[in-house]
Amino acid sequence: MSRLLPILTVLAAIVVLWYGAAVGLNSQWTYDQAARAGAEPTFVDVIEDTMMQDRPVLPAPHQVAEGLWQGVAGQKITSKRSLVYHGWITLSATMAGFALGAAAGLLLAVGIVHSRAMDMSVMPWAIASQTIPILAIAPMVIVVLASLGIKGLIPKAIIAAYLSFFPVLVGMVKGLRAPDAMQLDLLSTYNASEPQAFWKLRLPSSMPYLFASLKVGIASALVGTIVAELPAGATQGLGARLLSGSYYGQTVQIWAALFGAAILAAGLVVIVGVIERVVLRQMGLVR
Amino acid sequence: MTAAPVISAKNVNLVFETNDGPVHALKDVNLDIAKGEFVSFIGPSGCGKTTFLRCIAALETPTGGTLTVNGISPEEARKARSYGYVFQAAGLYPWRTIAGNVKLPLEIMGYTRADQEARVEKVLSLVDLGGFGKKFPWQLSGGMQQRASIARALAFDADILLMDEPFGALDEIVRDRLNEELLKLWAATSKTIGFVTHSIPEAVYLSTKIVVMSPRPGRIADVIDSPLPRGARPLEIRDSKEFLEIAHRVREGLRAGHAYEV
Repeated sequence: MSRLLPILTVLAAIVVLWYGAAVGLNSQWTYDQAARAGAEPTFVDVIEDTMMQDRPVLPAPHQVAEGLWQGVAGQKITSKRSLVYHGWITLSATMAGFALGAAAGLLLAVGIVHSRAMDMSVMPWAIASQTIPILAIAPMVIVVLASLGIKGLIPKAIIAAYLSFFPVLVGMVKGLRAPDAMQLDLLSTYNASEPQAFWKLRLPSSMPYLFASLKVGIASALVGTIVAELPAGATQGLGARLLSGSYYGQTVQIWAALFGAAILAAGLVVIVGVIERVVLRQMGLVR
Repeated sequence: MTAAPVISAKNVNLVFETNDGPVHALKDVNLDIAKGEFVSFIGPSGCGKTTFLRCIAALETPTGGTLTVNGISPEEARKARSYGYVFQAAGLYPWRTIAGNVKLPLEIMGYTRADQEARVEKVLSLVDLGGFGKKFPWQLSGGMQQRASIARALAFDADILLMDEPFGALDEIVRDRLNEELLKLWAATSKTIGFVTHSIPEAVYLSTKIVVMSPRPGRIADVIDSPLPRGARPLEIRDSKEFLEIAHRVREGLRAGHAYEV
């Protein structure tokens, strides 16, 4: 309870502010409608109306919650209006991209740690790759791959991987270099080979770094997937849901999809966190 | 001396090139260590005692002179796994049990599984850690961790044991006990031991030969062959006249080498 109280307090404050903002932002429409009808709305009328507009500027929390609930539980999960359906499309591309990106980051990190040439040549490109706005590059990847006949999950996974490989790369380069000079000297006195040093010392030592970067990486993969779903033509996934919501001014739909994505991201990070705790505790690296 | 020395240094020099110019870490070091000796290197920091031990272990390479270990170069001796090395920190892997840590060099050197088990059990009882094999490092005190790291260095067939201030981070009471145990261990294994310390009582209590070193440049100021009996020495020996005489000579050697000038 003592841990829950601060969280609930902050949550309550956010909800209160949100309701206030919803009243403020949506009231213009209420006044306009009333003026058109020649009516003089009371303060209570205004508040009531701003809570239940069809296309509010800012949907009230309960509207978003209802939208989310409708999207998750109110539909058959195969329906095009189901957030579970769209969430699954996004999740599958996210996981594929994350696996691809994490593997790429891991392999590049191993190469960088063991080869000075790779250290000098790969790292600057990896950093440069992250300075290009993903919003600019995603449509091009989609279009180019589509012209090659590759559609659906793979292009999205590639963009997710493009974002998620970087934190894994940076984290693992640091992690694989974590053993101190004494530890490496010790292996040298055993005349251990470089692969032995990798498997017995470097890889186990890097585990805390690996999990920290996997948490960032999996969230990035989700962002990458959603961005990849935004370019015109996508009809499936949370990104497409966001886009169609903005086409038709369905603000509740947008917010519901946004929250769906946030909940998905939080869930993924929590899952990685749980695996992290189990593994690191098993390894005696945390207590 | 009849047998060839296990470790032989002739005019060994080591100069580190730094941004502030060359640093003479070792200057004209001449030393022979015979089989089965317990040799302590004592001196203030910067006297090159650790550097010399690292040269023997081929973790540093002398820039001049000749150094042989078992009659071959230190690098060849390292590749032949001729020595076990104990660092100041135990450096046990937290993800391995104590037995797993002791097994580490055995796995790397390709001992059979059955041999590994047998050796781990043997060396753990040798350092008085029998029954602690399944524990993890964090479950052990600092002194016990250091004993485990000594067991790790003893697990494979190396007849030289190099120890770089192995008890430097431990309190004096634990240290006394470990010193006593180390002497027993040495008697039981008949290894040649090189031991770096900055404690005069520790050096005198343990050694058959004490190498007093002094800094800037790192060099040998005095080599003292101890008249104390070999093998088990009770801790009380430190109150004896001989002991105090050697300790005095060590101190004189340090003073002559300007070791006390800061």
